[in-house]
Amino acid sequence: MIKCKHATQMLSEKLDRPLSTKEKMALAMHTAICGPCRQFGKQMETIRELSKSYAQAKEPEEK
Amino acid sequence: MIHANVSVEVDQSAAKNIFQDAVFIEELRTQMFKFAKLQVRDNQLAEDAVQEAMFSAYQNIERFARQAAFKTWVFSILKNKIIDLLRKEKRHTSASQLEDGPNLSGEALLEHLFEENGHWQKDERPKKWDQPDHGVENEHFWRIFDACLDALPAKYGRLFMMREFLEMDTPEICHNEEVSVSSLNVTLYRARLRLRECLEDHWFQKEKS
Ligand SMILES: [Zn+2]
Repeated sequence: MIKCKHATQMLSEKLDRPLSTKEKMALAMHTAICGPCRQFGKQMETIRELSKSYAQAKEPEEK
Repeated sequence: MIHANVSVEVDQSAAKNIFQDAVFIEELRTQMFKFAKLQVRDNQLAEDAVQEAMFSAYQNIERFARQAAFKTWVFSILKNKIIDLLRKEKRHTSASQLEDGPNLSGEALLEHLFEENGHWQKDERPKKWDQPDHGVENEHFWRIFDACLDALPAKYGRLFMMREFLEMDTPEICHNEEVSVSSLNVTLYRARLRLRECLEDHWFQKEKS
């Protein structure tokens, strides 16, 4: 069973490379029982979305 | 400076409005400069990249009737210019030569966040963030986001921005910066950990309390 430290690293790496089937399973098992890591995974995706909109979401006419 | 061509008169006038809106152009320039500056870390280079991107956009202005479309486009030109600059700069400094930076950046951050047994420290467990987009239109949020980016050690910031802002893929970054894939993965992980921590402390948790 992987630990949170390891799980969070995989949740980040998921954004940069495809995980192996084995990694995916280990991660799925971990996040099934670990709320904080589930949140962490969502937040990694949020950070990606925020970075994408960093340059473009801010319309100057909105005050 | 518009060399009007009769056949495109109508489009030209719509387009001219984009550049005549001084407030829009000024704010766009400011945003572009900030975006470029974060990544190339040199005022002159950043200013030149913005000028060039604006100029290319201006030459193609008749394609854009709406400010939003124009803006997306000018930013995509700017991104490519920044990628070129970073490639050239590689000769001088690549990320492999940059320091990890002091304080809670590498191992120390991991120790701060996790128990020895690999579980979250109780106080550090990620808590639910509100709507992912609830801050996106909020100027104050973006100021915090900027500050958190600035606070990243140089190497983290550079690799993170290449990956997330310039949307370069992993092999290209590794090639350009002379870092191994595993080292890039670890650095991005630490950059995201740190950014996450910073956003949570200064925005998401603050809002709730
Ligand atoms: Zn966990």
